[in-house]
Amino acid sequence: MADELLNLTCKQLRDKIAAGAVKSTAVVEAVLAQIADIDDTIGAYISTFNKHALETAEAVDEKIAAGESMGALAGVPVAIKDNMCTDLGATTCASRILENFQAPYNAHVVEKLLAADAVIIGKTNLDEFAMGSSTENSGLKRTVNPWDMERVPGGSSGGSAAAVAARMCFAALGSDTGGSIRQPAGFCGVVGLKPTYGRVSRFGLVAYGSSLDQIGPVTRDVADAALMMNVIAGRDKRDSTSVSEEMAPVCDYLEKLDEDVKGLKIAVASGFNAGADEHIRNALASALDIYKNLGAQIVEVKMPHLDYAIAAYYLIATAEASSNLARYDGVHYGHRTESPADYIEVYSKSRAEGFGAEVKRRIMLGTYALSSGYYDAYYLKALKVRNLIRKDFTNVFEKADCIIMPTSPTTAFKLGEKIEDPLQMYLTDIYTLAANLAGVPAISIPCGFDADNLPIGLQILSPAFTEEKLLRIARMFESKTNYHTHRPKPAEHTK
Amino acid sequence: MSELEYKLVVGLEIHVHLATRTKLFCGCELVYGGEANSRVCPVCIGMPGVLPVMNAQAYEFAVLTALALNCKIANFTKWDRKSYYYPDLPKNYQISQYDLPLGEAGYIEIPLETGRTKKIRIIRVHLEEDAGKNTHTLGNFSAVDLNRAGTPLLEIVTEPDMNSPEEVRALAVELQRIVRYLGVSDADMQKGHMRFEPNINLTITKAGSEHKTPIVEVKNLNSFRAVEKSVAFEVQRQLDEFAETGLTMASGNKSTRGWDDENEVTILQREKEEAHDYRYFPDPDLVPVEIDAEWLDEIKLRLCELPIEMQKRFVTEYKLSDYDAGVLTGDRFTAEFFDTAVKAGADAKRVCNLLTQTGMKLANEAGCNVADLGISAEDLSKLAKMTDAGDISATASAAIFEEMVKTKKAPDVIASELNLLQKSDAGELEAVVDEVLAANPDAVADATSGGKKTKKARGFLLGQVMQKTKGQANPKIVSQILDKKLS
Repeated sequence: MADELLNLTCKQLRDKIAAGAVKSTAVVEAVLAQIADIDDTIGAYISTFNKHALETAEAVDEKIAAGESMGALAGVPVAIKDNMCTDLGATTCASRILENFQAPYNAHVVEKLLAADAVIIGKTNLDEFAMGSSTENSGLKRTVNPWDMERVPGGSSGGSAAAVAARMCFAALGSDTGGSIRQPAGFCGVVGLKPTYGRVSRFGLVAYGSSLDQIGPVTRDVADAALMMNVIAGRDKRDSTSVSEEMAPVCDYLEKLDEDVKGLKIAVASGFNAGADEHIRNALASALDIYKNLGAQIVEVKMPHLDYAIAAYYLIATAEASSNLARYDGVHYGHRTESPADYIEVYSKSRAEGFGAEVKRRIMLGTYALSSGYYDAYYLKALKVRNLIRKDFTNVFEKADCIIMPTSPTTAFKLGEKIEDPLQMYLTDIYTLAANLAGVPAISIPCGFDADNLPIGLQILSPAFTEEKLLRIARMFESKTNYHTHRPKPAEHTK
Repeated sequence: MSELEYKLVVGLEIHVHLATRTKLFCGCELVYGGEANSRVCPVCIGMPGVLPVMNAQAYEFAVLTALALNCKIANFTKWDRKSYYYPDLPKNYQISQYDLPLGEAGYIEIPLETGRTKKIRIIRVHLEEDAGKNTHTLGNFSAVDLNRAGTPLLEIVTEPDMNSPEEVRALAVELQRIVRYLGVSDADMQKGHMRFEPNINLTITKAGSEHKTPIVEVKNLNSFRAVEKSVAFEVQRQLDEFAETGLTMASGNKSTRGWDDENEVTILQREKEEAHDYRYFPDPDLVPVEIDAEWLDEIKLRLCELPIEMQKRFVTEYKLSDYDAGVLTGDRFTAEFFDTAVKAGADAKRVCNLLTQTGMKLANEAGCNVADLGISAEDLSKLAKMTDAGDISATASAAIFEEMVKTKKAPDVIASELNLLQKSDAGELEAVVDEVLAANPDAVADATSGGKKTKKARGFLLGQVMQKTKGQANPKIVSQILDKKLS
């Protein structure tokens, strides 16, 4: 019974709860039991809010019993990546420097979830400050892939993807700066959507690369992604980069989800995809066949500047990060070194002790890129490349509704396999970075399994603020396949 | 060495706090002082995850000031992050404007000695957020107060166009007058609303060739006196240093000095200019600011006549002395109050005297300016006209002014209530004069004798008339009648 409950999607669950068929309390208890059973091994959560979750669920059950009208996620347990502020518990960013940081406010998206009567179960693990592609850079704990405990869940939203895949919540929020929602979603066999830059408010998201960061949902199917978007998307005046309703109105992403996109044109940059593993290329080809059978037309395109996406990304993101992370200095909050000799040591030692190796690497890279004498050659050049990549997308979207490519060049790799070689790790982001640089929305959906039964992600990208269409395109594929219904069996591994 | 010929060259960097309702990038109300760290929110103390949102009022105040400084207004600007580590800077970067300031290439006209003015060119005007304050009263620890963090700060940079300590002071004073006229800043020096940093050096002529001394920047001056004195001190110090070392300006030898207000000397802070690398880059959390013609026009509507223009107009149009015009234009409300009273038909000099001799004293006592004394400019105008018409004496006008402030009654009402109206009816007064002359034949004889007693006797007779009319006779008219009768 509990297992059946845990297997429901958000949409199914909230309908049952709303109808009084299932009590939110029972669901929360089942989720907490699942976490107690397997999270020692999976390591998805940094913290859980058991008491709060049960109390919220009870309140929801009472209101439903009293016939009150409820929010879109009433009684549904969701998880939040631990780089979004909550006034409940700590907001750590998986960093020693913020290990005990208590935010005095809720992020915009957290407010939205609470307003929709969702039950916040806990905060999930990530690469420290969202810097990484495997969650191995977490300064606080290790997360493994529920499909194979010896493999990484992807990153940086590895905790969120693992929690959703392993039925430790029904949906989770992630943040995506260069693929941090889509790549772990792909590795864990779930759906991950990075919305258009400006679609979801960043207020309360601890910044990594401000011009690239975007919050989005990690869910078990496309409909749940649409449902989550209905809750979190929209203008927030506290985020100057969040887009106005006049410019890009938010719509009901569920309403027409099951309507096929007629005359669909899909762009494929074949040359660019050649670097992916064979089973991934095969899965991509099969996916395109499914779309062709649905009447879609495949358009071969060239996106000549995508080859430079990694270089541009690691300059822009690190430059912004070097500035965004300057505030963690031991002076105002967070970790402070013991007995510094002077105020300079408050900075240098607090930061040296608080930050992990990858964060330090990126701060140094970014500081270098912005330094006088190097600014033009690195940061400014990267901005120019970014513009060219944007133009590549604009050109392609004149000919096609979307672009399809792999989410990652490989399936989930082994723990420790790439952690000693940052460059190899950076290369795993090759397919995801461009969407952040161009600001366009992109989704990863399950599209198959490799020989080791590891999930493969299919990535679809569409023009800015066309999430509604993007979700429909993804739903077309999902409705003809059942990859998204497969689930990992972590419980068997842990026994 | 005092026989050396030299020319002083000074440029100023000025920071002005804008008196907006809230801080530059958050909703905290802008209130001076308060318990340390009581006027803050997650945004202005740089908590993780917060984002800045630009205060449009601050931007408008900044543009208004730039317009008053005759600057070209950029129709596109952006925000940049200036990175440096300091405990009073919560994010360890300051949001500022780097390569696209909101105003450029302007000038400010400053008043010098009687009637003369000088134009000082403005290089740029930009907006940025202020930092907090570090205090060092806790022994081994320093404390940080972030109440001030995020206050909108206008930075104004001039060309090195000033050539005397007096000019530097005049610019500081004039800028204070301008921002107060515009209502964009309280410009209260005691509260640190204005801070000045002069860049000073000399061009010395020795044996027919010119030598420039190394530039000194004096940091953080917050009084007009300190501005003037520190520049004057530097003149002598640089002359002495040049005589001793012969050191001249070279790349990298600009130094920074502080001002010791007690001993009135500048003190070396940093010998060599540090090669600061602020790693400026555009703030990705904020969107560029674009000012269209409509918005700019809206802001332009809020411009007023500048103090220096008003001062010049009062001299040329109203024939006031430059000194009086300067006093009246010290603040906008006084100047406009005066102007309105004059435009209501009164004599400018008379209104000026009423305001400077009585009004300002009363305002000072009440702790406000003359426009806020509760009397209308029209009533002031009436009072001036009554005085000029001889309806009341100059002495009585001061008393009536005071009574107007106290009772809010019109001057003519007060004058009659207090019996201060003068009798100017020649027929009526002639009868009194005749009476007095008839009663004092000896005095009449003396007054008409042409001898040394004439003046005294005439004064006596005038006094008698005043006594008989209980002081209400217009002495001018009585005097005319006496002249006629005694001739």
